[in-house]
Amino acid sequence: MATIADDLTPLHHPKTWIGKYVWSQDHKVIAIQYAVTAVSVGILALVLSFLMRLQLGFPGEFQFIQPDNYLQFVTMHGMIMVVYLLTALLLGGFGNYLIPLMVGARDMVFPFVNMLSYWVYLLSVIVLVASLFVPGGPTGGGWTLYPPQTILEGTPGASWGIIMMMASLAIFIVAFTMGGLNYVTTVLQARTRGMTLMRMPCSVWGIFVASIMGLLAFPALFVAAVMTILDSVAGTSFFVPTIISMGEQTGHEGGSPILFQHLFWFFGHPEVYIVALPAFGIVSDLISVHARKNIFGYRMMVWAIVIIGALSFFVWAHHMYVSGMNPYFGFFFATSTLIIAIPTAIKVYNWLLTLYRGDIHLSVPMLFAIAFLFTFIHGGLSGLFLGNVSVDVPLSDTFFVIGHFHMVMGVSPILVIFGAIYHWYPKITGRMWNNTLARAHFWITFLGAYAIFLPMHYIGMLGVPRRYYALGETMFIPDSVHYANMGITIAAGFVFAAQFLFFTNMIWSLFRGPKADPNPWGAASLEWHTPDTPPAHGNWGDKLPTVYRWAYDYSVPGAPRDFVPQNEPPPAAGPGDVKP
Amino acid sequence: MYVAIGIALLVVGSILFHLFSPWWMTPIASNWGSIDTALEVTLYICAIAFIVLNLFMAWAIWRYRHRPGNVAHYEPENAKLEKRLTLWTGVGIAAMLAPGLIAWHEYVTVPDDAAIVEATGQQWQWAFRYPGPDGVLGAAEVAHINADNPFGIDPRDPYGRDDILIETNELHLPLGRPVKMVLRSKDVLHDFYVPQFRAKMDLVPGIVTYFWMTPTVAGSFDILCAELCGVGHHQMRGTVVVEQQADFDRWLAEQMTFGQVLAEAEARGVRLADAAPAARPSGRAAH
Repeated sequence: MATIADDLTPLHHPKTWIGKYVWSQDHKVIAIQYAVTAVSVGILALVLSFLMRLQLGFPGEFQFIQPDNYLQFVTMHGMIMVVYLLTALLLGGFGNYLIPLMVGARDMVFPFVNMLSYWVYLLSVIVLVASLFVPGGPTGGGWTLYPPQTILEGTPGASWGIIMMMASLAIFIVAFTMGGLNYVTTVLQARTRGMTLMRMPCSVWGIFVASIMGLLAFPALFVAAVMTILDSVAGTSFFVPTIISMGEQTGHEGGSPILFQHLFWFFGHPEVYIVALPAFGIVSDLISVHARKNIFGYRMMVWAIVIIGALSFFVWAHHMYVSGMNPYFGFFFATSTLIIAIPTAIKVYNWLLTLYRGDIHLSVPMLFAIAFLFTFIHGGLSGLFLGNVSVDVPLSDTFFVIGHFHMVMGVSPILVIFGAIYHWYPKITGRMWNNTLARAHFWITFLGAYAIFLPMHYIGMLGVPRRYYALGETMFIPDSVHYANMGITIAAGFVFAAQFLFFTNMIWSLFRGPKADPNPWGAASLEWHTPDTPPAHGNWGDKLPTVYRWAYDYSVPGAPRDFVPQNEPPPAAGPGDVKP
Repeated sequence: MYVAIGIALLVVGSILFHLFSPWWMTPIASNWGSIDTALEVTLYICAIAFIVLNLFMAWAIWRYRHRPGNVAHYEPENAKLEKRLTLWTGVGIAAMLAPGLIAWHEYVTVPDDAAIVEATGQQWQWAFRYPGPDGVLGAAEVAHINADNPFGIDPRDPYGRDDILIETNELHLPLGRPVKMVLRSKDVLHDFYVPQFRAKMDLVPGIVTYFWMTPTVAGSFDILCAELCGVGHHQMRGTVVVEQQADFDRWLAEQMTFGQVLAEAEARGVRLADAAPAARPSGRAAH
């Protein structure tokens, strides 16, 4: 029976400029469209975070920041970063670019649906950004959007903003579903000859499992979004019991605010790993390539990704220990949450053991991978405090939580994303970036980010609550906290500014960078062995590659070079044909 | 190479920051020392992992950095080592989880002799209610709320008559006596949070939530809201005064009961019991 790997259908190359670059069905162009859109809206989120920091560092100095728009900055910053930047960039961007190239396919299995996925994503971003300009502005209910407050007068954006936000999320989920189905199907159906599942690079494994998780988790958010819109405009009471707002009864009856929280976190916790797993996979490949050593314990790494993905559906209520849900749930969710730390710890060990006895090239992608290991170890460990039910009680809703989740799912994945962009840039553009600018960008970003988020853990231990426009007068917050806030804001200013080094480098190098070698890092995985750089439409020229080994044959004893490409045939029965 | 030094310095810097930064938990003022203990156990285990893992990384980067002639070792996996690491991680996790779960068991087990005090949240203020001599709070619902009955106490419920109502943001608690804080919200989610008590819990409209604690230090403490509740969230403050039983009793005796509120309203010709909607068969609000 003929399979996709037999490559029988002829390719139809687009004939017009618009067909090639706008309504493109080429996974590589769609990846870049996704990435550019995600980064653009991410810049907005970055600006919002800096406005928040200005208020916290210098309260009252910036008169245009008031409690209502402060909460709007908080909300939009969080939602954009988690969903519209990280999820879209890691799956829509890296997933699209890497999957077909790494598994040896000509494109995604459904190129038209893939194109549609991007345009629907763009629509969701447009609706989200449009909510900045509707009457009342965007919602200020916090990125968790807990009802009833998000739909009541006392919260900014309670009339239009929340509806736009929920509509945008629903549209995003439609886009993600089209993309996610494509990623999963392509991995399962379109791998080239010899590319068994256990020969795939970790990047593909991470993106693959994250896509499956997204397909299972996002529907919970979708229904929560629809139900919130109905509660807001149609007078239903899914999430709203009998309450008074501004002295009047609202007419709602019998709804449960906690139901929303369950739906939100049934999506929201897997979402953490939807962001983390692609980053785990990518960083495994960065470390392996630049340490010239196979990823240590590949099979364990793959199983850890699968197990983390599965377990992450059983830990959601650790976000709700003090939500008023039945407190006995705490026993179960604390246990499941701490169990998930075991496969996660294994991944950390294996990354470190990949460095051990390696031949470590401290190139820029490797620097970012190392920085990721540091921040991820820190953020992962601080998560154990919050997962450990009774320890969470004093820390929940304090700055400790902000410090933790920014370290673990903000800074860590973003460091991987930077490393990955520097790593694959020569393949994507055919040009090399400027090393000095890249190193300056690395050091300021890494050290600055740690200076921002380490003190937050301690301010949180003291008990300073999060989502406060101003701390005001208290008996327990000393003046030193205000100086800490000032220092954090100054550090944030440096990190903010350093990102312009990155953008300058990327844009300048696109036109003026030196021509890149097709495989500058000496990587073994398939995407570095395309006939053209950047890869042309169809990726592989006349004939699909055949794969003979796993993606990690580095420094194999007896091999002529310190890497053996996946598609290099074994010399009869040579030492290169090592199975994982 | 600089990055190896950088990582090692960050580890040292983090330890110094921990030792010398002025920010740490507030002095505890309740019985929840077991939470602090669980936190400290978690901290020390995590600190060891943080230091060992990162220093190992810094050393490995330094030792195995690329130099001419350096060749990476080829070893796809080492099942024995991986199993050992898994096992020891499991032991560390269990050592953290055990004190956490034990403290949680205490947290969810309210002592029988705990006094009952209710805190009510509304955008953006606190109110409090004591059950009076009968020790039982009258049934209350948002549907009963009106200008004369801001707590929404069912006027037909005899248990409600002696309830003592505090409409200022000031809560008083007797020193050394376990108290079950019963929590209600009239509008949105709030969270009753006193940093020195360690305990906290959300107020959820539609249901009654609770936690318990024993105040162990006399004095005044801030009450904050720890669940985002709208533009006034940061201003939703209160004060809790922990004092000797005798002082507490004296203060409590000066406060108004719901019976007095009803009588005052009746003197103005308003019969709350007539105005109230028929009580619905729901036991949720009763305690």
